[in-house]
Amino acid sequence: MDQPQVPLRRTPLYDEHVALGGRLVPYAGWEMPVQYKGVTEEHRAVRTAVGIFDVCHMGELVLSGDYAADVVNYLITNDAKRLMDGQALYTVACNDAGTILDDLIVYRVSQTKWLIVCNAANRDKMAAHFRAAAVNHCDFDDASDRTALIALQGPKALALLAQAGGDGPALAELPSFHFRDATLANVPCTVARTGYTGEDGVEIFCPTDGAAQLWRALVQLGGPLGLEPAGLGARDTLRLEARLSLYGNEIDETTNPLEAGLGWVVKLGKGDFLGRTALERFKAAGLTRKLVGFEMTGRGIARHGYPFLDKVGTKVGVCTSGSPGPTVGKNIGLGYLPTSLAEVGTSFEVDCRGRSVSAVVVKTPFYKRSS
Amino acid sequence: MASDDVRSDRRYTKDHEWTKEEGGRVLVGITAYAVDQLGDITLVNLDVKVGETITRGKAFGTIESVKTLSDLFAPVSGKVVQINQLLESEPEKVNEDCYDLAWMIAVEPSDRSELDGLLDATAYTELLKTAAH
Repeated sequence: MDQPQVPLRRTPLYDEHVALGGRLVPYAGWEMPVQYKGVTEEHRAVRTAVGIFDVCHMGELVLSGDYAADVVNYLITNDAKRLMDGQALYTVACNDAGTILDDLIVYRVSQTKWLIVCNAANRDKMAAHFRAAAVNHCDFDDASDRTALIALQGPKALALLAQAGGDGPALAELPSFHFRDATLANVPCTVARTGYTGEDGVEIFCPTDGAAQLWRALVQLGGPLGLEPAGLGARDTLRLEARLSLYGNEIDETTNPLEAGLGWVVKLGKGDFLGRTALERFKAAGLTRKLVGFEMTGRGIARHGYPFLDKVGTKVGVCTSGSPGPTVGKNIGLGYLPTSLAEVGTSFEVDCRGRSVSAVVVKTPFYKRSS
Repeated sequence: MASDDVRSDRRYTKDHEWTKEEGGRVLVGITAYAVDQLGDITLVNLDVKVGETITRGKAFGTIESVKTLSDLFAPVSGKVVQINQLLESEPEKVNEDCYDLAWMIAVEPSDRSELDGLLDATAYTELLKTAAH
C-alpha cells in the first residue's frame, strides 16, 4: 500500500467516527470515515430519512474588503454579482486555458465579505490562487483549520433541525442555496440549504471546538427519525445518482466546464474573468466530447478509468465514475464520449479489465427526488 | 457475520479465500474478513466454466462490491467440477453466508499437497490480527 508522505489529518469529529464504528481511510490527506454500517444502508437512510456526514476536510476561504466581490467574480465562471446577502451559488474556477481548477460554492455574506468552499484535495492550490488574486485588492483568510462542516441530508433533515433548539424550527423557511446564522444545540453556526446528495438538507459550518457537541446532538436527536452517520462511500453513490460531478473524476485540469455539462455555471456575458477567452473559443469551436450518464446493460460495473469502446473495439472514451446505484437499482456511471456517440440511447462497450460489457447512454440525473 | 469469523474445518490463503475438502473435491469461497473489507457485494464474475482448469495463485474471477472490484485467486490448481449458480442471481448471499451458502467453485485438485501449503485456522487468525494493525 502507498504510504502517505505526511501524517494524515484528523477532523474534530474523529473520536465520534471511532465511537460509531466508522472505518477510517486516507482521503485527500485526511483520515475520513468511508463507511459505518455499510454503503447501501447509509445511502438508503439518506434517501428515505436522514444521514449525517463529516465534511470538515473541505476548505473554507474568506475574502473581505471593498473589492472582494470583484476578485471573487474574476476567479469564477458563474456570476457572483447576482447574489444577495445570505445567498450562495455553485460554480467552477477555471485557469487561463479554460479548464477546471476546482468546483466551489460561493457564499455572499455581505457585499464586502465572501466565503468560498473548495474541495479538500484542492485546498492548498485554491488558497494560493485566491490569495494571489487578493493581493493589493482585498483581504484573504484561509479559515479551513478553524471551521468545521457537517452535512445533514435527507427528507427528514429539516424535521431533525426543528428539534435542535435555538433557531432550528426557523430553518425550514430557508430557501435552497441560502444560508443564515443560527444556534443549534447551543453551538453558534451558519446553516446553508445546500448539499451533495440530491436530497433536501443543509450543510452546517461551526467553529471546530463546537463540532463534536453539535454532531452528538444531531446523531442523538436523529436516532428516532432513522438517522445514520454516512461515510465517503455513500456520499459517492448518492452524488453519482444525482449526477453531481466529483473533482478528480468528472472534472479536473484536463476538462472544461462546457464538455462536463456545467455550461450553466459559465456566464460568458458577465464581463472579464479568468478562462473566459478560452471558454469562448471552446464554445465557438463546438464540443468534441461530452460527459454522459450511462447504465450497464451487460453484467458488469464500470469503474473510474475503464475505457469506452465502440462496436469495433476502438477506444472512444473513458469512464469517470461508476458503481451500483442503490436507489436506481442499476449499475450506473458517468464518462466522456465523442459528441457523435453521446445521444441518449446510444449503445457502447465498457472494457471492464479485459471483459467487454455493454452499456447505453441514458438521461441524467439517474435519481431525482420528488419534491 | 463477524469479520474475525474463522472456521476450523477449512484452510485459507493470504488473499482471504477459504477452501474446504468435501468428498474428494475442494470448495472455494472468500472469508468473512474479505466480505467485511469489500462491503455490500453486487456481482460475482466467474471467468471459469465447469471442466476448465485453474492454476493456484491465478485469478479465476472477480467480485464487485458497491465500493470496489477485487480478484478471486485460485487457492489450489485443478479442474473446476461445479460452480455456484446461485451467486449469479443473488451475489448478496456472499454478505449473508460466505462460508456455506456462498461457496464459489468446487475444484478437483490436481496436486493435493498444495492444500497442505495453505494456512490453517490458527495461522489465518494470526494473519488477521496482523492485518488489523
